[in-house]
Amino acid sequence: MNIFGIRGGAKVSGRKELTAETPVEKLPMPRLLHVPLQQHVGSPAVPIVTVGSRVKKGQLIAESKGTVSAPVHAPTSGFVTRIGNHLAPHPSGLPVLTLSMEPDGRDEWCKLPEPLELETASPKEIAERVSEAGVVGMGGAAFPSAVKLSMGEKYSLDSLILNGAECEPYLTCDDRLMRERAAETIIGTRYMMKALGVEKAYIAIEDNKPSSFISMQVAAGQDSGIEVVYVPARYPMGSSAHLVQAITGRETPASGRTADLGVIVNNVATAFAVYEACKLGRPLISRIVTLSGEAVKRPANYEVLVGTPASDLMKQSGGLIEEPKQLLMGGPMMGQPLPNLEVPIVKGTSGILALRGTEIPEQNIMPCIGCGSCVAVCPAGLLPMEMMNRIDHEDVDGADEIGLRDCISCGSCNYVCPSHIPLVQFFNYGKGRLKEQDTDKRRHDKIKVLTEAREKRLEKQGS
Amino acid sequence: MHTIPEMSGPYVRKEKSVTRTMTLVMLALVPATAYGLYLYGWPAIILFTLAIASALLFEILSLLIAKKPVVRFVSDGSAMLTAWLLAISLPPWAPWWVAVLGSAIAIIIGKHVFGGLGQNVFNPAMVGRVVLLLSFPLEMTAFVNPLPLFSADAPGFLQGIQIVFGGMSIDAYTGATVLDSVKVAVGHGGVVDDGLVGGRNLGLWLAGNNAGSMAEGADVLLLIGGIFLIFTRVIRWFIPVSTLLSLALIATVFNWIDPAAYPDATIHLFTGSALLGAFFIATDPVTSPTSPKGQLFFGASLGVLIYLIRTWAQYPEGMSFAILLMNAVTPLINRYMRPRIFGRTNKGDPLGLSRQ
Repeated sequence: MNIFGIRGGAKVSGRKELTAETPVEKLPMPRLLHVPLQQHVGSPAVPIVTVGSRVKKGQLIAESKGTVSAPVHAPTSGFVTRIGNHLAPHPSGLPVLTLSMEPDGRDEWCKLPEPLELETASPKEIAERVSEAGVVGMGGAAFPSAVKLSMGEKYSLDSLILNGAECEPYLTCDDRLMRERAAETIIGTRYMMKALGVEKAYIAIEDNKPSSFISMQVAAGQDSGIEVVYVPARYPMGSSAHLVQAITGRETPASGRTADLGVIVNNVATAFAVYEACKLGRPLISRIVTLSGEAVKRPANYEVLVGTPASDLMKQSGGLIEEPKQLLMGGPMMGQPLPNLEVPIVKGTSGILALRGTEIPEQNIMPCIGCGSCVAVCPAGLLPMEMMNRIDHEDVDGADEIGLRDCISCGSCNYVCPSHIPLVQFFNYGKGRLKEQDTDKRRHDKIKVLTEAREKRLEKQGS
Repeated sequence: MHTIPEMSGPYVRKEKSVTRTMTLVMLALVPATAYGLYLYGWPAIILFTLAIASALLFEILSLLIAKKPVVRFVSDGSAMLTAWLLAISLPPWAPWWVAVLGSAIAIIIGKHVFGGLGQNVFNPAMVGRVVLLLSFPLEMTAFVNPLPLFSADAPGFLQGIQIVFGGMSIDAYTGATVLDSVKVAVGHGGVVDDGLVGGRNLGLWLAGNNAGSMAEGADVLLLIGGIFLIFTRVIRWFIPVSTLLSLALIATVFNWIDPAAYPDATIHLFTGSALLGAFFIATDPVTSPTSPKGQLFFGASLGVLIYLIRTWAQYPEGMSFAILLMNAVTPLINRYMRPRIFGRTNKGDPLGLSRQ
């Protein structure tokens, strides 16, 4: 298939060889599970079980609340030991409401809903099932999938793109999924297509994963509606707007989303979760996680129950070779730093990385020499060094004028900068300031409205 | 066990550095420079060494005064590269003080007065060269004909020292550059070919076997170095290609109008400093635009300016003036020639919802 060019992008060193050839392994049952009630974008789920109660595997333990939310299910059978704040996988280190449970070792399923048949199920039924199963985007954003799958009602859609690009270095969880669970993923894709009402699905795989490509192509078989396509291995190929451009040639408007162009992008792991939800009636309670980095004794891919402490994965891999310089959740480009390994794995966790000093060399920050490398790689078409300059001079509005809000925080500029300037850090600061300004402005507008109303009222009373 | 999350991503970086960039540029200059030093022998070797040594000294002094980390900044290679570019664009047998003064002007006034690495508006080497040219026109235009090392009449090491430090006159060796003699010939009512003393000899020009600055002549070697820089992604092709194309184009147009008065494109491209300037000096990251659009505009304008100065100004060679003039408008180019933002029109409005 003809692939359209995308602008910018960086050739990053993949480091995928550490785990690409290791099949997904099962973990022994953890001693304790800490299941956060907010693992998704939107409102946190509300617990419906109490401390001390016994729950079965797959049982609903917290209901979704509001339109953008997702329920949470028990990852195994056992007893609820605590509902309270626990360390969350978030860079702030702030705790979130978490349900802790002690597995009873029996791993006993609750009564699961009947499978949905692809031929007879309505789009609405599929979306509802996906919603009930607590499926969220598994590429990292953790946006509730049912909301996306219902977009066919509001938008006129024509295709689904499954993101198997996996452009972040180190991560191989999607690669392994596509190699080992291709048939299931394709079935999940068909459910998604039906829910969205589209006739065409593309499975986009970076051209550095030939095994995945072949495996998915074999699984897709003669189905002309599902096309497996290579996209160039260039970071950030997995950005949904860029994936849509590479495959359809359509450019997502700055003010819009890919759905405006008739395209929905989902992660391949999400398609697998949809398969489990629809075909087996199982909620999303586990996922594949890559444990990698040179500080790890035996890097590997694991099938992990949601709520498993990251330290359990590390133990299974023989522990650390040395004190890591950086612990991360997700990939090294856009992942989040972890305070320690006690944080639990959540639905959106693609990887846990423990990087050594040799993988993150100390680099002196030098002045910008205006080489333009950052401009060349920026997939958003921005001038990173100029935005950095303006933010450095506290001119956040100036940075806004030249596109700070269009920055997708992919970090490509930062990756290639020969002066090692922490550009993303500047942009995060600038975006934070813009957000503050927006909030302030909204507050002032509100106060203004209220004051005017009060004056009118007083006038009326006075007259 | 605790590792403190202190920065934001990305946590991995490309193995690139300012030092690497500067080193690669110098590496790309090695063939042309070595050939230039061979062509002009011991006086050139001594002058080149002197320029670099004094530039490093001025760099260290400036860093000390500015209270900047000396080792980190000296090792970035930028001062050495500046002196290198200055030295190879000097007349190869210039006296010692030309090199030292040029380095001082380039490093102190051209670079550190503006705030050091990355802050200067003008290319430091060209600042040094132009100040020298305006102040000492005699010394700065005393070009010599190539006299390769070990050839019969070539000065030895001691004679080289005498030439550089002022014990020996070089009048017996001097020669005019091709562009200069053409200009003089046309200025005296002659035609272009009257100025081509050695005839129309493209092979000779490409080999740099004509009087000129220390290493501006070896066109083939400069071209190889320039392509190496594009290949290693130190520079992009936009500036050199647009500069040379626009220079060639305008030269061809005027040559077509009146071949007797206007030399053709090959003379403009291959007998002066066009290649050295286009590949190595105009591409200085600090003083050239950052966006592809801006770089193309910069190069195209540069080519026109070079031609204008060479043809109608007092100077037969316009490269350094043209580069400084374009350096001055670079901030403006950067302001008005930005890339189109993803999802937006050129004006910055969100794209419409076309599905093509």
